Amino acid sequence: MIAFRMSAFRSFVVKETRHILRDRQTLAVLLLMPVAMVLLFGFAIRTDVEDVRVVIVDPSRDARSTDLTRALASTHALRLIAVYSGLQPVEPTLRTGEANVALLLPTDFARRFERGTAEVLVMSDGANANYAATGEAYVRTVVQQWAAENGGGAPVVRVATRMRFNPTLASQNLFVPGLLAFVLTLVSALMTAISIAKEKDTGTMEVLLVSPLRPIQIVVGKVAPYLVLAFVNALTALGLAFVVFGVPVRGSLALLLAAALVYVLVSLALGVLISSRAPNQRTAMMGALLGLMLPTLALSGFIFPIASMPGWLQPVTNIVPATWFILIARGVMLKGVGLAVLWKQCLVLCAMAAILLAAGARSFNDRIE
Amino acid sequence: MADRTPSIPQDRAAVWAQDLTRTFGEFTAVDHITFSVARGEVFGFLGANGAGKTTAIKMLTGLLVPTSGEARTAGHDVATEPEEVKRRIGYMSQRFALYDDLTVKENIRFYGGVYGLSDRQIADRMAAMLQRLGFERMAGERVGRLPLGWKQKLAFSVALLHEPEVVFLDEPTGGVDPVTRRQFWEMIYAAAHGGTTVFVTTHYMDEAEYCDRVSIMVAGKIAALGTPSELKAQFGADSMDGVFVQLARPAEEAKVQKAAEENKRPEPS
Repeated sequence: MIAFRMSAFRSFVVKETRHILRDRQTLAVLLLMPVAMVLLFGFAIRTDVEDVRVVIVDPSRDARSTDLTRALASTHALRLIAVYSGLQPVEPTLRTGEANVALLLPTDFARRFERGTAEVLVMSDGANANYAATGEAYVRTVVQQWAAENGGGAPVVRVATRMRFNPTLASQNLFVPGLLAFVLTLVSALMTAISIAKEKDTGTMEVLLVSPLRPIQIVVGKVAPYLVLAFVNALTALGLAFVVFGVPVRGSLALLLAAALVYVLVSLALGVLISSRAPNQRTAMMGALLGLMLPTLALSGFIFPIASMPGWLQPVTNIVPATWFILIARGVMLKGVGLAVLWKQCLVLCAMAAILLAAGARSFNDRIE
Repeated sequence: MADRTPSIPQDRAAVWAQDLTRTFGEFTAVDHITFSVARGEVFGFLGANGAGKTTAIKMLTGLLVPTSGEARTAGHDVATEPEEVKRRIGYMSQRFALYDDLTVKENIRFYGGVYGLSDRQIADRMAAMLQRLGFERMAGERVGRLPLGWKQKLAFSVALLHEPEVVFLDEPTGGVDPVTRRQFWEMIYAAAHGGTTVFVTTHYMDEAEYCDRVSIMVAGKIAALGTPSELKAQFGADSMDGVFVQLARPAEEAKVQKAAEENKRPEPS
């Protein structure tokens, strides 16, 4: 009996794999998409970093301030646009996007600097998050380095940063963790939902249900090939990000892949849930796109930093599974931390997986009734 | 009701139901139906849309648990042994159930595997089937490229691949041309001749004449049961169409009247 079940299940997985391999166009899109996205996001971010436009307000124009201006101008990633003596032009240049960052020096800069009471202000255009975050960090670094070289190492310059237009901006907006979440969601949730809905559309689901295959075998058989595909995609994205852009995995790769596995299970369960509610393929696809892909893109911190969302929206991000996976992936990849720090996020993700898998299995069984 | 028993004893019937009932909340979809089907019989299961046919078939194939009553298909209780039932039956619906993107061979292999046939058995039966259908040259072709009539014939043969004791055909000839329908019925007879019980629903009353026996469901109950000639005599009709109209019309009229009354009620007159 067990042997019989296994052979029936094997036939089912073979059939599912054939469906996937036969639909060449979809398969090509699924395999090439992570490649295209890594390259797209990667190069977009690189341009940001290499071309930050800076203006300086320097009312005193003394030896020290001129020296600092020269240091900024010779920094590779910064482009000095203008030096003003007054404040008035700063706001318009930031507003029009002519400059991304402004460095404001006080009057009497040289004297204050030598006394150790100099205070400079960095302003940036928060509406353009990537430019602002990178630019602010660059200017800050240049100023501190210059101060250390010219003032004997003591922190004589305080950098006060003020974000204009978008005051609470998170700076760590690296894209690979979010991209992983996006690709895994797409392949597991969207494709599973479509594939199950398709069987309902064509009438083959009836025949499967009347066959000796158990509902759980149908679900697992549907899901298994996409699990493999999702992992191929995840490894492609990670590998490409590392080779082309040097994005590291500082922490444990095993932990990252384990988290990815749990996240894929969450997505697959959501895919099953959506398809069991949807009467046909089109509804399943719209449901998966609006209900899963959109939150994964917009509410997970992938594209828009959660810290800069309105207060009422921030709690909502907690129910988006991608939020938790991205936290884990960022922690492991960029900060190199492990379970000791990330246990809470991992626990939340595991709990989501358990609840959704149970709900998914139940909804699939209910539908048969 | 309970004193009625199916005409064929439990141990000799391919399908056997006594007071089989299914309710959904307040609604009784199938209301104490009692009947039996002999082995090798071609049994026509007729009824208007919404009469409860689909619900009854779902119970008989082990998909849906009865609310009350008892049913056995291929010798096993549908409520307690659905897995045993599922292994011993075949099923084909109006929307033929093959995969368009798989080839003829791959479809056959898949269903053979699902029903636990060995690779050897699948290869042997596939060769015999393709020869019988004259499909040898189409074996590597994707099913999506075949004409509808061919697909129906192939789907029926695939439903018989694991040599089921009972095959359920849910409006198998919907949308098929008359010539193919005829050929299809020849295949049904051949299967029945080989000992397979055929349980078939249809909308075509001329097809009802081809069945050994026919039951007609009206509003969840079996309103008539017998051979086509018995039923025609009983209702004084010269065709099965006449029988069906006589039985179905009162139910339809009742429905229309009820709907009319319900529509009247909210009006303030």
